Amino acid sequence: MGALGHYLEREGVATAQISLIREQTAAIKPPRALWVPFMLGRPLGSADDPDFQRRVLRTLLSLFEHATGPVLEDYPEDAPAAGDRAQDFACPVSFTPGASTRGGLARALRDEIAQLAAWYELARIRRGRTTMGVFGPTVDDAVQHVTAFLDGHPEPTSGIRAGTAIKRACDDIRTYYFEAAAAQPGALAPKAVERWFWNETAAAQALLAIRERCMRSNDESLKPLATLGLIPRAVLDRYQRNS
Amino acid sequence: MARLTDFSESEQKHHLDKIRDLPAFGDTPFQSGPPLRQRRVAIVTTAGVHVRGDRLFDSGAADYRVIPGDTRAADLMMSHVSVNFDRTGFQEDINVVFPLARLRELQAAGLVGAVADFHYSFMGAAPIRALEPKARELAVLLKKDRVDAVLLTPV
Repeated sequence: MGALGHYLEREGVATAQISLIREQTAAIKPPRALWVPFMLGRPLGSADDPDFQRRVLRTLLSLFEHATGPVLEDYPEDAPAAGDRAQDFACPVSFTPGASTRGGLARALRDEIAQLAAWYELARIRRGRTTMGVFGPTVDDAVQHVTAFLDGHPEPTSGIRAGTAIKRACDDIRTYYFEAAAAQPGALAPKAVERWFWNETAAAQALLAIRERCMRSNDESLKPLATLGLIPRAVLDRYQRNS
Repeated sequence: MARLTDFSESEQKHHLDKIRDLPAFGDTPFQSGPPLRQRRVAIVTTAGVHVRGDRLFDSGAADYRVIPGDTRAADLMMSHVSVNFDRTGFQEDINVVFPLARLRELQAAGLVGAVADFHYSFMGAAPIRALEPKARELAVLLKKDRVDAVLLTPV
């Protein structure tokens, strides 16, 4: 992000950036930066909170009033509801324990997808949008691709590499779960949803199994998925600590 | 959070390694301009956001996508390749990443002069040096749109 500030400003376009990792911004020294104490992925801090977002944006815009730079200011306010309320979280759907071992991972994944369908649709209707669709128009397209891959008979991919296709299918499945979980009554902390997904779902087990396949694959587009693009670093850390 | 001390050990290492591997940028350029209430503002995000139907971002992509200012939130999606940041905020409210609605409100309140017709997105996972030629190209487009203030939002 800081690099873009340098590059655009050098061409005569004034910039002001939000910084999420202060140490990186301090090292890059972009022209104007506002460090915010928010989680990665939330540069404006809080969703559906226009007042909070406007305060952040006003502070960012105020950096244009400095006569000289570089400027690096710290935003003084934490995002509301940033706390981790994992203890309050109970998914509306109680998946059958051990399903993944009885009927196979692909079956368990399809079962979960079906059980979450009503919640996903509710989220889509309430929000008037979905962010799913990097692989195909419906989650079923992604599930078909992932289960074929797990069964050892990967679907052919047209125009994109196998690694790109399986990654996008996995991304769509993760999005489906996260959007479905958000429809549950009560505001869920992002970390709690993440913990539910990675600790309690067959989908997470499917993604881990795909990662294992990628580690052993000779396909150059699949190999990078063993370390990047499927499982968050923090989640891998947890699995490795517990194994 | 996004304090380094809140991250897991491997995440901390990842972010510190990125600092170690940074190219030299030289002196910081600093472009002066008119008062804020007269500036025309665009948003450039590195969130890998784009109009549904536009080209998805793929690993290593250093180019940008154009987001027309009249695009509905429902027509925007994210194909950033990283899985190491929260997406639930974007899923709930696009303004947490791409605050165009908030910017329009501040323009209506007279804080800024105008909102640009076009906004842009890169994908933050791109190699830093690879961004430079595309950023230079983008600067030309921004100046054509008479933009004299760019807000940069990462994820």
